[in-house]
Amino acid sequence: MWQALYEELADRGFVPITIALDESADAVRPYIEKAAPGHPSLIDTEHVVAHRYGMINVPTVVWIDEAGKIVRPNTAEYGTDTFLEFHGRESGPFLDAVRAWVKTGEIHADDTVPSVMPPPTEDEELARAEWALAWFLHQRGSSEAAARHFDLAGELSPDDWTIRRGSMPIRGQNPMGPEFFELFKDWEARGKQSYASMAANRRS
Amino acid sequence: MTDPSFTMIENGQSHEIPATTDATLRLATEPVLEALGWTQKPEGLCQGDVCIPIAGRPDLITSQGIDLLGLGDVLGRPIAIDREESVASFGAETAAHGAQLAEGFAPDFTLPDLTGKEYSLSGFKGKKVLLIAYASW
Repeated sequence: MWQALYEELADRGFVPITIALDESADAVRPYIEKAAPGHPSLIDTEHVVAHRYGMINVPTVVWIDEAGKIVRPNTAEYGTDTFLEFHGRESGPFLDAVRAWVKTGEIHADDTVPSVMPPPTEDEELARAEWALAWFLHQRGSSEAAARHFDLAGELSPDDWTIRRGSMPIRGQNPMGPEFFELFKDWEARGKQSYASMAANRRS
Repeated sequence: MTDPSFTMIENGQSHEIPATTDATLRLATEPVLEALGWTQKPEGLCQGDVCIPIAGRPDLITSQGIDLLGLGDVLGRPIAIDREESVASFGAETAAHGAQLAEGFAPDFTLPDLTGKEYSLSGFKGKKVLLIAYASW
């Protein structure tokens, strides 16, 4: 998905780095092999990047400049319009914004883009610790204990899709099934939290 | 009662540490502090230039070991615990993590691609990086 943009802008010092939050390399292998990326396409089964960047859903896109500073915080952005009818966020203007950044250094943002990275809450951080515990137990073969801790993590941070939806394949559940629509209705009922709303609500 | 070992998970590493599990879960003090990068000094618990006084917490460290939940409280880190499974997992230092992100520091990471080759974000200094997290779920 990002290979074309990479080829277009690589000679200007641009590199996309994709991070798969799937439960195994095998789960995401077909997609990566089909895309055949020349840019780094990394596997994050333990959700290290999701935790360190306070990510709560996919896709999440962050712009990091040459000095290693975040210049455009966590936002849901898409490289194609395949699911445009569902999420309503056009890829065209976003890709143009990336081009403008790479060519001129300008950062285009709208109300959907938070002004700063939202600081995590204690519950979100405990949920991430519960996730790491659950993942360890799962790998050790203690499935029931793992399930308890995935559940705890989901209760602590119900708006973190990387936890509730992300744990479904690990637990042998279908993330595309009816449970997904239940999660979606819950998210709507709780006020449709987004990175922008998190940043606005957590201003100190 | 002393468990032969308790698994402590922190920053992607697991450590086996002797534990005493009575009413208060205690792990052997020195290995815990070493794993977390802290040293006990007269000033308190120290890491680099920072020292956190613990004189007001006389039960934090005893001959039975260090109170794990108390330590999490002192360090500002949440801890997920499963006593039956003998595992504890440390979360991030919440306040510092938030401050780091709000100031715009992009946390480093090292992850493999499909071939197993590892890449670190810090290896891309000097480039404009578009970091994209996604999943097949």
